Amino acid sequence: MNEKRTPKLLVTENKFCPGCGHGIINRILAEVLEEAGLDDMAIGSLAVGCACLMIDTFGVDWVQAPHGRAAALACGVKRVRPENFVFTYQGDGDALGIGFSETMYAALRNENITAIVVNNGIFGMTGGQMAPTTLPGQRTTTCPAGRDADLTGQPLNIINQMKHLPIGYLARGSVGSFREINKLKEYIRAAVRNQMDGCGYALVEVLSPCPTNWKMPLKAALQRLDTQVKSFFPTGEFIKEGEQIHG
Amino acid sequence: MPYKLMKGNHALAEAAIRSGLALFGGYPITPQSEILEYLSDHLPAAGGVFVQAESELAGINMVYGAAAAGFRAMTSSSGPGFSLLQEGISYIASAELPAVIVDVQRYGSGLGDIFQAQGDYWMATRGGGHGDYRTIVFAPASVQESVDMMPLAFDKAEQYRNPCLILSDASIAQMMEPVLLPEKIACNPDHDWAVRGKRGQAFKRVTSTMYYIADFDAYIKKKYDTIQENEQRWEAVQVEDADVVLVAYGISSRICKEAVALARAKGFRLGLLRPITLWPFPEKGFAAVNPDVSAYLSVELCALPKLADDVRLATGMNVPVSHFLGGAHTPSSRAVVEAAAALLNQ
Ligand SMILES: Cc1ncc(C[n+]2csc(CCOP(=O)(O)OP(=O)(O)O)c2C)c(N)n1
Ligand code: SF4
Ligand SMILES: [Mg+2]
Repeated sequence: MNEKRTPKLLVTENKFCPGCGHGIINRILAEVLEEAGLDDMAIGSLAVGCACLMIDTFGVDWVQAPHGRAAALACGVKRVRPENFVFTYQGDGDALGIGFSETMYAALRNENITAIVVNNGIFGMTGGQMAPTTLPGQRTTTCPAGRDADLTGQPLNIINQMKHLPIGYLARGSVGSFREINKLKEYIRAAVRNQMDGCGYALVEVLSPCPTNWKMPLKAALQRLDTQVKSFFPTGEFIKEGEQIHG
Repeated sequence: MPYKLMKGNHALAEAAIRSGLALFGGYPITPQSEILEYLSDHLPAAGGVFVQAESELAGINMVYGAAAAGFRAMTSSSGPGFSLLQEGISYIASAELPAVIVDVQRYGSGLGDIFQAQGDYWMATRGGGHGDYRTIVFAPASVQESVDMMPLAFDKAEQYRNPCLILSDASIAQMMEPVLLPEKIACNPDHDWAVRGKRGQAFKRVTSTMYYIADFDAYIKKKYDTIQENEQRWEAVQVEDADVVLVAYGISSRICKEAVALARAKGFRLGLLRPITLWPFPEKGFAAVNPDVSAYLSVELCALPKLADDVRLATGMNVPVSHFLGGAHTPSSRAVVEAAAALLNQ
């Protein structure tokens, strides 16, 4: 007999578009927090972007950060409430564009927080403009002919920016397939444990589809995610328990 | 209690620690850097958190986070840095959280210069950032007042759940004066609005309160009306019989106090109204002024008049309001008396 169990943290149906990767990531995060017994002690610093939609549907204590500033805000919370589990939930535009400085400096200070960064290669909330992670050639509303990397620069790879830093945990997962989803859950689990063990900064970047602004049916979007996007942004663990993983 | 001779910035920083400061996040800029320097040393020793942030943007958001968690938090800056704080101040006001922000004013727009000025008056008193909010603005005129305003600013910030500003300037920050410091107090961060993890309760959402308050327009208007009604502070110096009344705050009010004494010695009935809160502007203070006063003179350390507008609003423009400016050139009390006397002879 199959039992349909929804994590209690998902207090009501999410407000994301059908097929959005944020929904899967929310579910995984909720499951991990519940199994770690942290649902009562979690405080989230919420980005501006489609992440905003979680504030009424994902039942932890939240503080809404200004666009890009979630990492700095989380540092402020964690420094005064070290006993809590403090995390950011951000899009790629938020964490890697306008908030690149705050994201990097939280890592440079090895703040004991956990960052979840959703890379959907686009500004979802504002209607599909180019993001720091938009792939070369990818069409968006602000690069309708496809991203010209000679003009706009190469996509930002945050793992490459951080993998030599003395931080606690660094991984990139994806929601592109069942296999990837299972691995992603392991990564988020490790990133949560990392903070509760006091091991410093943890970041999990998650490759995620935005079918609405990619203007693709879900199946094609997942296909693109698992091939094109993943070959540009390889998944895996890069730093674990403070040790760099070579491979 | 013994007086201590202290520099303005150091005294203000020490007063913040004694007011229960739990977190400071800030970025260096002259003429307020001694606040950071002092807190980097003394705040951790007192059990608080000091972070030198990568920018003012990060600093104010650390303050936002700590404030949301219920702790007393503060940042300080000057001129260019104060501009960068505005986004965060708007968010803190919008989420109805307490916090204290210090702006040690320096001269000029853009990079400007590091000497004393009062050019941030509009940014401080009109909200400064985007949207519908105000901050309570305290304007110290001495090192002692910088100290006394610190616990008051935190108390008022918590009472109204709204950010408070202390609008100082380079000369008050850099001068040394004897001060009495307050006793250190302990604060309970577990306010019912503070995030601490649900701990068995319903989850909390610290964000713009407008999402969850019915008839928000009326609610927020009433909040700021209440502050405006209850929190006006001022000092009146011989205004009852004055033929001309000076209006000045902070360091320029000290020049004006000297000017009043100078004028009175010569038989010229000059008075001074010193706003102690700049927002709410002390409109009530004008009630004590001689009803036959001939003119007001707003004395401001900036290149373009700003305070003068508030004097016009407060007086209903029934009496002429002029300004006497000293931006790059600090006016002498003698020059202020001359300017005031010229108004009388008009
Ligand atoms: C200071 C500021 N600039 C711009 C915006 C508008 N804005 C809202 S969300 C967003 C981009 C969000 O993209 P991303 O972080 O990738 O999140 P997604 O919606 O894709 O999950 C922008 C530019 C804003 N709210 N604040
Ligand atoms: S716009 Fe894209 S990222 Fe945002 S909810 Fe819709 S599918 Fe998800
Ligand atoms: Mg995005």
